[in-house]
Amino acid sequence: MPDIKRRTLLAGMAAMPAAACSELAETGPAGDIFDAAEDWHRSAHRTLASRQALAPEYAPDERSPDIRGNGTLKIETAEYREHKASGFADWQLSVSGLVDNPLTLSMADLRALPQRTQITRHDCVEGWSAIAEWSGPQLSALLDKAKVRKEANFIVFRCADVLYGRDYYESVDMVDAYHPQTIIAHELNGAPLPEKNGAPLRMRIERQLGYKHAKYLTAIEAVASFEDIYDGKGGFWEDIGDYQWYAGI
Amino acid sequence: MKRHSLITRVWHWINALALVVLFMSGLNISNAHRHLYWGNYGFDPADAWMSVMRFPAWVTIPQRYDLAEARDWHNTSAWVFAIGLLTMWTASIVTRHFWRDIAMRPGDWSLGALAKAVREHLPGGGADHDSPYNPVQRLSYGIVLGIFLPMMVFTGLAISPGFEVAAPWLIDLLGGRQSARSLHFIFAWALFAFFVVHIVMVLASKPLKQISRMITGGPRKESTDA
Repeated sequence: MPDIKRRTLLAGMAAMPAAACSELAETGPAGDIFDAAEDWHRSAHRTLASRQALAPEYAPDERSPDIRGNGTLKIETAEYREHKASGFADWQLSVSGLVDNPLTLSMADLRALPQRTQITRHDCVEGWSAIAEWSGPQLSALLDKAKVRKEANFIVFRCADVLYGRDYYESVDMVDAYHPQTIIAHELNGAPLPEKNGAPLRMRIERQLGYKHAKYLTAIEAVASFEDIYDGKGGFWEDIGDYQWYAGI
Repeated sequence: MKRHSLITRVWHWINALALVVLFMSGLNISNAHRHLYWGNYGFDPADAWMSVMRFPAWVTIPQRYDLAEARDWHNTSAWVFAIGLLTMWTASIVTRHFWRDIAMRPGDWSLGALAKAVREHLPGGGADHDSPYNPVQRLSYGIVLGIFLPMMVFTGLAISPGFEVAAPWLIDLLGGRQSARSLHFIFAWALFAFFVVHIVMVLASKPLKQISRMITGGPRKESTDA
């Protein structure tokens, strides 16, 4: 957690009036305070609840009628259309980076692993929520198989979709990566994932907002830092819109 | 009229500033999805119990639609607001300010007592602005300090998926995440209504004197027990 000086804090608080907000937010003390606050949110949540505490799970009749798609809803590349036409039979997921045993897994490999099925709530940063049943192997099983090295601090998710001309990607720290509800979902409500929800594979990061749940997953990478990946902020929305990397609030 | 204590004055202005930032950044966040639902889920505007207006840029922080930055302002000033509220409540109980000045007294809970206070404040009613808070003031401040402000903190925390795992009962108690979000919106506007009435009342009763009292505390009386 960055060590933020008392004076910086006071200066930032004194500078809150609306007129100066935008400039302050981008540079200067407010930007530093916002970054510090993001760390406070994460440490407060991790202090108040166990690191492995589970997000609420619901009964089948508590599900919403549908789960809205957001961001990319359809991928137009010829490659993806072919995969989709063949029922994603040849889709592959790689696990690489700081691992001793890099993996390339087929859909059949993923289905052969122990599966977790969970009915959870999906909360979008915009404010809406939907409840659905997701199934897939736990990310921790893949990471254990790949033998993640000690130097790894984050897990990066790479995706097949491109938004506003940029590849979608996301990242989480090891606490969320090894959380029991962090699964690579290939089923939604008992059927293969629909395209709008990330077919054929998507992440479920249940204690964070929707933009962390990367869709159309192609690769999982263990890294020490995400500084050198795209714009270095750890995710697509973090890079393009300065969204918070920790999306637990 | 008693002096306002230092802690009351400092809290009042920090809280006012935090609330302005929270409200205006909150309106920006509201623009991201202008539909409110009851229960745990809700994403289809057709299921909304209310769809609110798109708030114009001039009433929002920042002064353009920017959900990420609005969330930064909102979630950062929420710390100032929540810690301030906790400090004020702790101090009010420790110094007995709450029981002395704000808590309702046995005789206050009657329409007659409330009506009398209102009557005295109508033109020609002869209200004495140097007297302690009247029953209507005690009731209003009690509701704002005891219900509206704490509910903003609780409903706000309940919307956070990272906080939810620490206190899932809070979300259940509020009727689910989308209910908590609706309540957050309702209490925000309840506070806005209080803000408007509060400003009107101050303007109607020697505003400069009132405001300077909230800054300096007010004149020190010769007698020790003012």
